[in-house]
Amino acid sequence: MQRAGTAANPLYPQGSLLSVTHLSVEEVSKILSETARLEAMAQAERAALLRGRTVALLFYESSTRTRTSFELAAKSLGATTTLVSDKSSSIEKGESLKDTGLTLRALGAECIILRHLSSGAPYVLARETGLPVLNAGDGMHEHPSQALLDLRTMLTRLQGAKAAESVNERSLDGVTVTITGDILHSRVARSNALLLPRLGARVVFCGPEKLLPEVALELGTGVEIERDFERALSRSQVVMMLRIQKERLAGMELDLSDYIHRYQLNGEKRTAFAQSAVVMHPGPMIRGLEIADEVADGPQSAIEEQVRHGLAIRSALLTRALRAGAFQG
Amino acid sequence: MSETLILNGHLIDPANRVDAPCDLLLRDGRVAAVERPGGLRGAEAAETIDASGLIVAPGLVDVHVHLREPGQTYKESIATGTAAAAAGGFTSVVAMPNTVPVNDTVAKLEWMLDLARGPVVKLFAMPAATIGSMGEKLTDFEALRAAGAVGFTDDGKPVLEDDVMRAALVAAARAEVPVSQHAEDTRLTGGCSMNAGPMAFRLGLRGMPVEAESRIVERDIQLLREIEQAEGLRPHLHVQHVSTARAIKAIRTAKREGLHVTCEIAPHHFALTEEAVDDYDTHAKMNPPLRAEMDRAEMVEALLDGTADCIATDHAPHAAFEKRQEFERAPNGITGLETALGVALRVLHRGHGMTLSRILELMSTTPAAITSLAGRGGLGQGHYADLVLFDAGAEWTYDAKSSRSKSRNTPFDGAPMLGQVRYTISEGRIVYRA
Repeated sequence: MQRAGTAANPLYPQGSLLSVTHLSVEEVSKILSETARLEAMAQAERAALLRGRTVALLFYESSTRTRTSFELAAKSLGATTTLVSDKSSSIEKGESLKDTGLTLRALGAECIILRHLSSGAPYVLARETGLPVLNAGDGMHEHPSQALLDLRTMLTRLQGAKAAESVNERSLDGVTVTITGDILHSRVARSNALLLPRLGARVVFCGPEKLLPEVALELGTGVEIERDFERALSRSQVVMMLRIQKERLAGMELDLSDYIHRYQLNGEKRTAFAQSAVVMHPGPMIRGLEIADEVADGPQSAIEEQVRHGLAIRSALLTRALRAGAFQG
Repeated sequence: MSETLILNGHLIDPANRVDAPCDLLLRDGRVAAVERPGGLRGAEAAETIDASGLIVAPGLVDVHVHLREPGQTYKESIATGTAAAAAGGFTSVVAMPNTVPVNDTVAKLEWMLDLARGPVVKLFAMPAATIGSMGEKLTDFEALRAAGAVGFTDDGKPVLEDDVMRAALVAAARAEVPVSQHAEDTRLTGGCSMNAGPMAFRLGLRGMPVEAESRIVERDIQLLREIEQAEGLRPHLHVQHVSTARAIKAIRTAKREGLHVTCEIAPHHFALTEEAVDDYDTHAKMNPPLRAEMDRAEMVEALLDGTADCIATDHAPHAAFEKRQEFERAPNGITGLETALGVALRVLHRGHGMTLSRILELMSTTPAAITSLAGRGGLGQGHYADLVLFDAGAEWTYDAKSSRSKSRNTPFDGAPMLGQVRYTISEGRIVYRA
C-alpha cells in the first residue's frame, strides 16, 4: 500500500508541484517571496539563474496563458525550453505518457511541465521519470500554479505588493472568495478551495446543482455553498468567475439563458452587490456568458494582473523545481 | 497406488462439522481415512506430512478468477494463474469467460478445460451467458452445462436487458446452475473510474454511484420473484463481488424471502476503502471500485452475519505497462489469489473475531456448494484429496515480486498478512509447499 511522502522522504521528486495540498503554508510563503525577489531582479541577473538548464513543456491540451507564461518564465531565467504537444508528436501515434516522459528525460529535460486531460497524469509522469513535474492543469483535478497566482493577485489587490511577499495561516482572515460557475469540472476551483482556506480565507462556491454538487463541501473546512449568486456577491471581497466548459458538459442539459440570468456577473449585479470586490477569472473567458464586457474590462477587474502574476509565480516554481535561486541547496 | 499421511494437524472441515486434531490418509487422489490422533498408527504411505501446529482444511475454492487464456497470456496463463492459486491455498478455481475470444461455445470451453493447458489445481469455468458477452442472445446453456459449465456469466459486464436476464435465469434454472451477475448499471458508470463521493470529487475523477450496483441487484431479485411465480422454477442468482451496503441490504431481504440468491465479496472490498486511490494508485482501481468506509464495514458485517456466502478474489492480472499509466486509462482489476487467505485472516479473524471455521466455510465449503463442485469443499471419506495446510498464526509480508502470477498488480504489496500456506494438495498431489 502506498504511503504518503514525508518532507525527509518525499514520494515525488523534489521540486515537483502536483497538488497544492503537497505545499505547506511555509512553502507557499517561500514561493511568494522568491516570486517577489525574481520580479525585482535585474534582467541579466535573472537570466543567469537557469542558464544551461533544460525544461520541457508537455501539453496534451490546448492552452494560451499557462503554456506561454511557463515558457516565457523559463526563458527569462535563461533556460532552454522545448514544447511537445499531443498534436505534433509521437503521442498521436500512441506513445504512452511514461515513454514520452522518458524520451524527454533522455533528451536532457530536467523538469517537465505537464498539461493533461486526465486527472492525476502528473503523478504518473513524476513516478515514471523521477523528474520534478509541474502540474499545469490535469483534467478536473488541480491547477496549482493558477491557485498560487490567484493568491498573489488577491493579496496584492487587497493588501498591497508588500503583503504579497509572504503568507501565514491568518493572511486571508476575514476574506471571502466566491467562486462561481462550473465547479464540478474545474481544476482551478479545486486548487483554490484546497489552498485559500489554509491561509484564513472562506471560499464560497456558487452555481447550480448540476455544476456544483453538494459533495463539493467535503473538499475541506472553510468551504461552503451558496446557490444564490447575489447573496454570495454581497459578502465577497473577491469574486472569481469560471468558464462554462462546453467540452466537459457531455450529456448534461444546461439552460444557458437561465444560467446567464442567474449567474452572469454583469455591471448591474456588480454595482448592486459587490461594489468593491476584486473580479477575477482564470481564463479563457467567454464574454457574454459567465461575465459581461463591462465587468471584465472594468476597474475592479484583476484579470490581466492575474496573467502577469502567472508569469512571476511560474518563474519561482521553475527555480524551485530546478533548485536554483532561493531554492538552491 | 499413491498414499499420503497427514499427521498431528488440526482439521477444520465445516462441511463435516469437524474442528479437532485429526490425522488423514489420502489415497489415489481421494480422502481414504480421517481419524482421531493416533488412529492411523501403522498406516504406511509414500509421503508423510507432519502437520504439527498447522490447520488442515479443505482446499480453498475461488468462484471468480480471470486466467486470461486464451488471448491475453502476457497477463496470465492457466498454468501461471493456477500456480498462484496453489500458492494461495486454492485447489479449485472458476475461470471467467472474458477471454479473447470470449468463452461462449462448447469447443472453447473444452479447450480451456483441457489438461494440456497445464492447470496446477482443478480448473472449472463459467462460460458466457450471452454470445460474445454482448448481452443479446443466450449461449447454449444445456450443451455447455453438459460440457462442464458450473454457471453462466458475462462478467466484466452485466446482463443489462431485463428480458435477456430473465431468459438467462430461466435457462440456468433448467440447467441447475447459477447465473453469476456482475451487477453494474453501466448507464450510470460511463467514464467513471472510482467510487462516487468526496474522494472522487477531490481527485477530479468521475465516480460510480452505489446505485449502479444496487439497482441491478434489486432488478435481478425482482426477476427471481417473477420467475418463481410464473414458471414454477427456482433460479439461482449469484451476485458477484458485492461492494455496497445497499446491495447487501437487497440480498439480505431476498434471502429472508426465501429466494435463491447467493453472493461473494472480494477481500479488497472488506479490507480497503477508496482512500487507497489517493495519489492515483492504479493498483487500487477495480470494478466495482473500492467504496467508502461505511460500505467496507458492511461487507465485514455481511460476512459475519451470513448474508455473504463466500469470499472470491476476482483475481484480475494486468501487465505492468497497462497499470503504469493515467488512472482513467488503466484497466480495472487486481491480482488476489495469493493474498486472499492472509487478508481474510488478518481482517476477519484477528480484526473481527471470525472463527477459522467460518472463514473456511466462506472460502471453501460454500463456494464449492454454489457451483455444485461434487466431492469438493469438504474432506469426508471418498472426497477429493484437495487440501490446504496453513499456519494460522504466522505473520508475514506479501512481496508481489515473488508472485507466481505473471502479473504484479496488487494493492497488497508490502502489506501484512496473517496465516501462511505450507502445503496445498490437489487431488492428492502436493502442488505447493513452503
